[in-house]
Amino acid sequence: MDTPKSLKVALIGNPNTGKTSLFNQLTGLTQKVGNYPGVTVDKKQGACKLSNNRTAIITDLPGTYSINPTSVDESIVLTSLLNTADKDFPDVIVVVADVENLKRNLFLFSQVKDLEIPIVLAINMSDQMKKKGITIDVDTLKKELQTEVVLISARKSIGIDEVKNAIENCAEAANTHPLCSINHKIDGDYFKNLKEVSPNHTLYELWLMITQNNFPDSITKEEKIKLLEFTQDVSKVRRYQHKETIHRYQQINEILKRTYIVDRSKANDTRAKLDKVFTHRIFGYVIFFGVLILIFQSIFDWSTIPMDYIDAQFANLSEFVTKQMNTGVLRDLITDGIIPGVGGVIIFIPQIAILFLFVAILEETGYMSRIVFLMDKIMRRYGMSGKSVIPLISGTACAIPAVMATRTISGWKERLITILVTPFTTCSARLPVYAILISLVIPDKKLFGYFSLQGFTLLSLYALGFATAIISAFLLHKIVKVKRTSFFVAEMPNYKIPSIKNVAFDVVEKTKAFVFGAGKIILAISIILWFLASNGPESYKNAEKSVIENVANKNLSAEEIQDKIASLKLEKSYIGIMGKTIEPVIKPLGYDWKIGIALISSFAAREVFVGTLATIYSVESDDENVSTIKERMRAEVNSETGEKTFSLAVGMSLLIFYAFAMQCMGTLAVVKRETKTWKWPIAQLVGMGALAYIASFITFTIFS
Amino acid sequence: MDTIATLVKGEIGIISEESLDVIPLKLLEMGCLPGVEVELLQIAPLRDPLYICVNGSHLAIRKEMAAQIKIIKS
Repeated sequence: MDTPKSLKVALIGNPNTGKTSLFNQLTGLTQKVGNYPGVTVDKKQGACKLSNNRTAIITDLPGTYSINPTSVDESIVLTSLLNTADKDFPDVIVVVADVENLKRNLFLFSQVKDLEIPIVLAINMSDQMKKKGITIDVDTLKKELQTEVVLISARKSIGIDEVKNAIENCAEAANTHPLCSINHKIDGDYFKNLKEVSPNHTLYELWLMITQNNFPDSITKEEKIKLLEFTQDVSKVRRYQHKETIHRYQQINEILKRTYIVDRSKANDTRAKLDKVFTHRIFGYVIFFGVLILIFQSIFDWSTIPMDYIDAQFANLSEFVTKQMNTGVLRDLITDGIIPGVGGVIIFIPQIAILFLFVAILEETGYMSRIVFLMDKIMRRYGMSGKSVIPLISGTACAIPAVMATRTISGWKERLITILVTPFTTCSARLPVYAILISLVIPDKKLFGYFSLQGFTLLSLYALGFATAIISAFLLHKIVKVKRTSFFVAEMPNYKIPSIKNVAFDVVEKTKAFVFGAGKIILAISIILWFLASNGPESYKNAEKSVIENVANKNLSAEEIQDKIASLKLEKSYIGIMGKTIEPVIKPLGYDWKIGIALISSFAAREVFVGTLATIYSVESDDENVSTIKERMRAEVNSETGEKTFSLAVGMSLLIFYAFAMQCMGTLAVVKRETKTWKWPIAQLVGMGALAYIASFITFTIFS
Repeated sequence: MDTIATLVKGEIGIISEESLDVIPLKLLEMGCLPGVEVELLQIAPLRDPLYICVNGSHLAIRKEMAAQIKIIKS
């Protein structure tokens, strides 16, 4: 017997309908996240066994209120549904609807239905019907919609098998009818002519192509020219879109009148009560502030335990490999390049996972929308939106996911400003740099006998990051002129207890994306740095000999000689030469060529600073030796001035430099992807670099 | 002229037909249509945005948008 081919199924639905819950139920651990070609929107797919001899590949399309897109994520839905020739074009679509908002969900359903693809309507959260006083006449609804309708509760695993059956039946039957005939009620002639352009496409497909300017490959050049003629009268098209929307809602209202009854008296007002607290003019902000403190506390305090553990494990691994392998280039590459490089990425997993955990919980509960509501007016003064709060908070862990989180901001200008200023917030990569510099130059004293001066400095640097983000947003708001206007609308979903499964999937998936996305870049840079530091021209190769000749008469231990060789090798290596080259430029900031090397190497990723310093001062950078790095750095004397290299002035200047400078290739790459041009990442690099230079120069001058 | 922005908290109005041209498509698609009831549920602490319930959808919109949508108070 032939096994029928695997079905391709797409899940589509409004945000907050539990679409992802259903996806998790259907696919479980088989899900994979990929990318749509050309854009960075995540493409979630998973396998599902429908029946004994039938499987399906399920794609979870981004949540949307309409097929007409207003954001990058939403345009994926349209493109997926128009591109009939694509290998991933769905055989069956499952529209997931929320029982409480059925009317609005049916609007999206009616659009999808008109594309004439086999379709199943899954009405989710049906377990809430009794509580909300809702009754649905499913049989009549099936007839009216000419569609397979299934009542489900994805969270409670109710109706999942029925969905699977419906998918299979629907693919077999393959009967498709448009629900709303958009033509005759709006403008009969216009739509008749439109349909005649291409007989192979449904009228609604053609209408979407011209309104959204999205032409799939199945449209010939001639057809496209003809189609474009229909868009000449822009205001007419717009008017017809409005009419279409009203027409759809009228038809849905008619259907629901016969099939959907709500007994308002049974509806409870938990939402209203909770809203009163969470959006209260005082308690609202107090609660938000409390949530922020909780997030910071967990990112910076609780995560240190797993981070220390990871750090120690990688140090052990390096040591282990060193002992196991023979001396040589390969061993050096592994122990000095690859292991520290991979470790540098892995060490951030606890912080990033905790941050994603909070973001996922805030989103699942519906509280995130209340933050947006509370903060919108404040953020707008600085050219941002209430939705900018999430990226700015996320930025304290890592700017890369933070920049990606700006996608929910619908206004382009607001989104752009948020992307541009997010890297100012103090990310976790700056933390090790701050930690070593602070312990080096800030005296271990108490302020007012209670606050630690070092702790206060660290806190001030965080405040400085936020303040700079806000101030530069305000300046950009005045400078950046954007023609594209758009408006703000945020759905305020009902409060929900978060589903552990959904949160867990979300955290794992996003953390994975970070590790493999940013990880690749950091790893590559680590290897390049290792190469530049362990290779050099002729003088590099002679370093060892010249040291031995020089110290021949002096009474030095073997260890001291080794250190001297390592230092001279570094000086003569490619990266040492680069450090020497930029020395004149960084001298006004108080830095010598050794700090220059650390600056160059940390251009790719800030946290590399500590590791580079460790190499420069020829100490191995494992845990036990941190005090030695510090001691050596403290003892380091500037060869020209004869003063300490790491004076208060130099330390402060460096702290300010790291607070402002754009030293993160990963962020630049993600900004390029999200803004689709090199213009903005370059502007960030130059602007933040200039600010860092000037501010460090001023700081150095004041403190010296 | 009454608009969504002139409603007081808890008050209900009906969106007037003439608002059709000023309501952005996205808002229409979310159920904010002429002829339907709109209730002002909450006002943000800084008087903006407004939290409304329209056609069963709970939405937050900014005051400048709300001030353009004309309504008839019921």
